[in-house]
Amino acid sequence: MIRNLFLVTLVVIVTLILVNVLHKEDQYNLKLEELKHKYALKDVPSVNHNKLPALQKKFNTPQEVTEACLSCHTETHKEVMASSHWNWERTTYVEGRGVSSAGKKNVMNNFCLGTNSNQKSCAKCHIGYGMTSSHFDFNNARNVDCMVCHDNSDEYLKGASMAGYPDRTVNLENVALSVGSPRKSNCGSCHSFGGGGNNVKHGDLDVALNSCNREVDVHMGANGMNLECIACHTAKNHNILGKLYSVSSDNSNRSTCEQCHTATPHLSEVLNRHGSRVSCQTCHIPLYAKVNSTKMSWKWSDAGKLRDGKPYEEEDSLGNHTYMSIKGSFVWKRNVKPDYIWFNGTADHYILGDTIQSIPVKMNTLNGSYHDHSSKIIPVKIHVGDQIYDKKYNRLVQPKLYGEAEGDSAFWKDFKWNEAVAAGMKESGLAYSGQYGFVETIMYWPVNHMVSPKEQAVGCAECHTRQNGRLAKLTGFYLPGRDSNTTQDSIGYWMFILTLLAVFGHATVRVLSNIYRNKYEKQIISYDEDKPEE
Amino acid sequence: MRKVYIYKGFERFWHWSQASLIIFLALTGFEVHGAYTIFGFEKAAEFHRTASWLLIGLIILAIFWHITTGEWRQYIPTTQKLKEQIFYYLSGIFKGGHHPTEKSELSKLNPLQRIVYLGFKLVLVPLTILSGILYMLYKTFDQNNLIVIEDYPLASIAFWHTMGAILLMIFLVVHVYMTTTGKTPTSNINAMITGYEEFDDEEVEIHDKNKEK
Repeated sequence: MIRNLFLVTLVVIVTLILVNVLHKEDQYNLKLEELKHKYALKDVPSVNHNKLPALQKKFNTPQEVTEACLSCHTETHKEVMASSHWNWERTTYVEGRGVSSAGKKNVMNNFCLGTNSNQKSCAKCHIGYGMTSSHFDFNNARNVDCMVCHDNSDEYLKGASMAGYPDRTVNLENVALSVGSPRKSNCGSCHSFGGGGNNVKHGDLDVALNSCNREVDVHMGANGMNLECIACHTAKNHNILGKLYSVSSDNSNRSTCEQCHTATPHLSEVLNRHGSRVSCQTCHIPLYAKVNSTKMSWKWSDAGKLRDGKPYEEEDSLGNHTYMSIKGSFVWKRNVKPDYIWFNGTADHYILGDTIQSIPVKMNTLNGSYHDHSSKIIPVKIHVGDQIYDKKYNRLVQPKLYGEAEGDSAFWKDFKWNEAVAAGMKESGLAYSGQYGFVETIMYWPVNHMVSPKEQAVGCAECHTRQNGRLAKLTGFYLPGRDSNTTQDSIGYWMFILTLLAVFGHATVRVLSNIYRNKYEKQIISYDEDKPEE
Repeated sequence: MRKVYIYKGFERFWHWSQASLIIFLALTGFEVHGAYTIFGFEKAAEFHRTASWLLIGLIILAIFWHITTGEWRQYIPTTQKLKEQIFYYLSGIFKGGHHPTEKSELSKLNPLQRIVYLGFKLVLVPLTILSGILYMLYKTFDQNNLIVIEDYPLASIAFWHTMGAILLMIFLVVHVYMTTTGKTPTSNINAMITGYEEFDDEEVEIHDKNKEK
């Protein structure tokens, strides 16, 4: 008996141990190791521009630098002038719109609204010189700004409101001699400062990435792989891989994690399978705006308040503007958990002139749903706020914000909405009724950077949980651990409880009846025993 | 009193390993379901998956054993004395009555057990295992052309799997309780541990007679 009992216990224990033994722990991921090795070898330039005779001269204008570049790179301007960095638009097919062009030329955003009538200021981030209005000549190769991307001296700086020209302090000779492959600081000089300040727009593109640690961005971290942007955003013939759906529309030429990591990067099959409906970013970017704050809300309706007839600004404890007379009120956040949406890689945009369809006005619509097989869950920054619109024509309007001086009808100088909008809409070639109001707006920013080390990736239970999971708002599909059939659950629960009660009831009656019977039998027995001996 | 060898070595191994696997699967499974937290979702799901493969392997062995030894015949359902068996549990048992059927090597199961265990083996376990396999392999098309089962909603697969789990738990409670209804409260469980069950001599005679037949 004891031997058998021991054997049974052994079977139970061995079975449970087998579960533990057969369950595999993560092994060494060779794929990742190969990638690390590959990208540890940094490119060494084959040309030192410092030694080129064509660059040993005095440059009076930045255009002369461009000419010097083109004297060797004779066809390169064609590549650059075919890019959206130059054209500020891409022509693509958009569902419901047909073949259309969208880009910074005509797409409205939730920050400084739009470029029309403000080119002189906005062109600080155009790779060209002299964009003062919508009549810029996009065919003049001399105006291509090579230096903003290729300066390796860290000296180059585009001037504020100088139509894309470099700041007057820039030493063009030094910059020209330094040129090389773009670095983080080159890309970041525009992409980190969109919306008028560091990390304002994206939330995941912060000037801090130029020198951050692995915890902030595992790819770009200086104590990690220290990759440049162009390691992923490769740029064959200046056609740069990657786009963001704040202005882009179609599912092509994207820079993806898969291009290096493949679609099955994990050793765990279950994790790989997640990849068919969950983007890499969803789990691997647990937080964005990890270093500096990003703008989460921008209310234009608050703009224009003056103190003693003068514009003013207010700041929070971190030095972020919470109010500016010229722009309105802001909400900033740091270490933000992303929101999550379904996305299939195509988007539509609010294009200047569009009628308002719904409120809040979607500045960009990221298409996708659970039922669309090509959609995946992606993390997004949702930026909300309100904007000025034309009450009569029911559409957003383009105010003229930037102006040289007062009396130029620019809102940032005169603080008069009606005149600013009239001027902006005139420049855009659209009618304005003169009746304006403010309408709620919303904009979606896919989060792709600030990838955390894998140890900090979002854990299973952060989504597979009954309450307050990261995907709590993403309903309409069955997520194990979060969803259950509540009717089935409560019926099952009560059936189980009733069974227990029935069993206990049955047992109780058995025990009681047994006791009763035993007494009865004992009585008989005692009767026998009590019989007088004969 | 005589001891009769009722449960063979494999049978006992199968019974106890299956019991521990099912209880472990329930423990981890209801955690995956979101009912409570013990191991954490990730570990619970991983353990559940490993244990499920072990159970599937064990059941394949058991099926093989049942076929090759002919033991499957033990589960051929019968209505003979079924009513009496039910009435025994509902009233006879309280009056100190005897089991209406006798256990023997050739007939280990009473008519009620036959039907319930057959249902367990042919309905409950297949339902849970098949829905579990669908659940485990639930996939969708992606760039790598992984298989698609997605056209059948996961909510339904999960429903049937949970249904199986709930019924199994109810089975477990009743089953464990029923083991106490033998000659003594522990005689059935003893038999499943040692393989031997003690019979009164007259029963053994019947048993021997059956054997002679």
